[in-house]
Amino acid sequence: MATQHSRSAARLMMAPAVFLLLVWMLVPLSMTLWFSFRKYLPLRGGDLGWAGFDNYVRFVTSSSFWPSVMTTLIIVGGVLVVTVMFGVLLAILLDQPMWGQGVVRILVIAPFFVMPTVSALVWKNMFMDPTNGLFAHLWRFFGAEPISWLSEASLPSLVMIVSWQWLPFATLILLTAIQSLDSEQLEAAEMDGASPLSRFFYIILPHLSRAITIVVLIQTIFLLSIFAEIFVTTSGAFGTKTLTYLIFQRVLESQNVGLGSAGGVYAIILANIVALFLMRIVGKNLDA
Amino acid sequence: MGRIQLKQVKKSFGDVTVIPPLDLTIEDGEFTVFVGPSGCGKSTLLRLIAGLEDTSDGVIEIDGKDATSLPPAKRSLAMVFQSYALYPHMTVRKNIAFPMKMAGVDKAEQDRRIEAAAKALNLADYLDRRPGQLSGGQRQRVAIGRAIVREPAAFLFDEPLSNLDAALRVGMRMEISELHKKLDTTMIYVTHDQVEAMTMADKIVVLQAGVIEQVGSPLELYRTPRNKFVAGFIGSPKMNFLEGPEAAKHDAHTIGIRPEHVEVSTTEGLWQGKVGVAEHLGSDTFIHVHGVPGCDPMTVRVGGEIPVHHGDTIFLNPNLEHLHRFDAEGLRIQ
Amino acid sequence: MARAVTTQRKAINTAFAWGVGLLIFFPILWTILTSFKTEAQAISDPPVFLFFDWTLENYAAVQERSNYARFLWNSIIIAVGSTILGTIIAVPAAWSMAFVPSKRTKDILLWMLSTKMLPAVGVLYPIYLLFIRLGWLDTQIGLVLVLMLINLPIIVWMLYTYFREIPGEILEAARMDGASLKDEIIYVLTPMAVPGIASTILLNIILAWNEAFWTLNLTAANAAPLTAFIASYSSPEGLFYAKLSAASVMAIAPILIMGWFSQKQLVRGLTFGAVK
Repeated sequence: MATQHSRSAARLMMAPAVFLLLVWMLVPLSMTLWFSFRKYLPLRGGDLGWAGFDNYVRFVTSSSFWPSVMTTLIIVGGVLVVTVMFGVLLAILLDQPMWGQGVVRILVIAPFFVMPTVSALVWKNMFMDPTNGLFAHLWRFFGAEPISWLSEASLPSLVMIVSWQWLPFATLILLTAIQSLDSEQLEAAEMDGASPLSRFFYIILPHLSRAITIVVLIQTIFLLSIFAEIFVTTSGAFGTKTLTYLIFQRVLESQNVGLGSAGGVYAIILANIVALFLMRIVGKNLDA
Repeated sequence: MGRIQLKQVKKSFGDVTVIPPLDLTIEDGEFTVFVGPSGCGKSTLLRLIAGLEDTSDGVIEIDGKDATSLPPAKRSLAMVFQSYALYPHMTVRKNIAFPMKMAGVDKAEQDRRIEAAAKALNLADYLDRRPGQLSGGQRQRVAIGRAIVREPAAFLFDEPLSNLDAALRVGMRMEISELHKKLDTTMIYVTHDQVEAMTMADKIVVLQAGVIEQVGSPLELYRTPRNKFVAGFIGSPKMNFLEGPEAAKHDAHTIGIRPEHVEVSTTEGLWQGKVGVAEHLGSDTFIHVHGVPGCDPMTVRVGGEIPVHHGDTIFLNPNLEHLHRFDAEGLRIQ
Repeated sequence: MARAVTTQRKAINTAFAWGVGLLIFFPILWTILTSFKTEAQAISDPPVFLFFDWTLENYAAVQERSNYARFLWNSIIIAVGSTILGTIIAVPAAWSMAFVPSKRTKDILLWMLSTKMLPAVGVLYPIYLLFIRLGWLDTQIGLVLVLMLINLPIIVWMLYTYFREIPGEILEAARMDGASLKDEIIYVLTPMAVPGIASTILLNIILAWNEAFWTLNLTAANAAPLTAFIASYSSPEGLFYAKLSAASVMAIAPILIMGWFSQKQLVRGLTFGAVK
């Protein structure tokens, strides 16, 4: 519903954003693509010529590749499961009548304000340290042997740290969604004799499905490229090397840009597969 | 001045033509109502005149000048929207002042016009409130005030009363009619409510599926509808249509008789039927009669109160002077 | 209609919710407390909760070791600068998408979001090279631009969802009232969208403030923001929990305080405009 005049104005006003993002996407991407076919070692002679698909083959056949893909999926999947599950429970809890709801809400969303480097450092040292960490104190208090969390249970520990950061976000979205649920629906279900549990499964949960989709989408966007938490806690050791981190090591630590770029192309392909899948769902939701 | 002329104006969205080429002239100072069922293109037509939509083809002239490709702001038209479309972040005063601010009217003149509009529309006490603090009727008056101060060549109303309750609607209807008498400016008014059309218009344009079915004064449309659609659309309750042998007696495919043109008798009449639902309004009684050949139920209107009950047998006598005859295409037979 | 809830039930809810809330908040609370302890108390077993000798020495030590003010200033410039710049570019784009939608609008929006999914690490080296070429490495302007670009899709998306709540008829009314496109955006759209724009800006300041890939990899000494400031504490040197806590508090305090003061807009913004 618009006139020719406003349509051309719209195109003009959209242009800067589209142009900037296009440049931001295409220029580095084509450079990465170029490097991925080169033997490129900045500290050992620079660009040493055409490499064909060598880098691609080497990256996939390296023993770290598949574990890193697995690690990525475990961290993303683990955090999604934890945050959505606890997010739903927390949202229902916060929706109940209580005193000081506003304050509780602030307490719950606070972790979102904490920068990843800080939260990783605090968790690593003050909670998960096997000698001086709070968990170690707690374990010893109950007579148990303290666990070196980040080496013995590295993935669950990381999932926990990252979940703590993202739980507020999931909770808040789900809470907003619950509050938008028409209470007459629940009352009708109650009149129809539905138990609290069946009210949850047949009315609340379906109502939340759109919100859960959004949580999954947005979190996936951010979790796929998770970096600082690993950088600060384990530096990729103890099986916490995600695809992102592996590429980072190839490019910056081993200074093998060709190999790293090939890895980057793989990561982009992986991200696109996930994106395609998610965008379908979001695309549908955008219409609603 | 506000003479608006549409010449072969056409509108399509993609492949869908909502308004096939159409001609229409609205004379200066005329109160014209576009009426039709929802989706008939009446709002689109209004938005084409306003410049909020592009015409796909044809020419729109305002006061003899081609305005087809002018942006809305340059057409010197004012519009009152269905949702009032007041600026929620501005006070009533600022809302009314906005078009003048855009036109660069000087401050003293702005104040003078605001005072005049506020007085005319009973808004003087509300000038410093925000739209959110006003009732529906008051918001409607602010929207009208905002339109008046521009001193436009013509006013456009897009179903302005449909968000008001029934009582308020009658009041606003009269206010708008009076405003028209006072300002003597062209007004184009879109509605789906034929009562609004009948009570307010100098000229009614009946639209269906983007096509003008008939143009005329309210009573012209009532007395001589050009086709079955107009006959059924104008008048309340709706005209009764009879097909088959009863129509054949009058050399027509269909005959139409308005409820108020049928007499009721308990003893004898042309048609016989059984009373279904009888709506007793006090001033009138609407009886839905079942069993009349070719028309079921037939609605008849009787002035005042009449003691009929569900299941009673009654007789009906149509006033043949007011019989409407239509051919197989639904067109009026003279 | 809300029903009357028994006081007992409400009390149970309250206790439970506060318990969970405090549990979630505890790491932050513990960090704040530890920052006021001496290093010895910071690791004492059993841990001391409130009854210790409160001290500010850690803050002094952190300030002495690294120039906090410079990192803070960099963080502010980068977070606020990138967000404001992004918003200025995004408002017209979001206006177009919300009020003049075409068949391609949705595709463009999804494409923009999908650029968010490009793994940063995949383009790290090219950006690094370009930055060296352009002389942007370790500069505020470079980081402002990069963070603006990575948050631009989110800003556009959020503004789009907020704008869509504004009835198009009001903008049409402005057009009928003689407003030009510029007037329409400045006098009508923007004031009406202020809550949404505020939420968008707040959320994106937080995202930019906490961004820790580009800020760590594209800065050294000059333009390093607080993420880099805190990362320098990742290798322990002797007793350092209390100092780490002090540094952490200094890094997150500005955002926490901002969050407390603008809670309502932030909560709205935190849902990315996706849920009403």
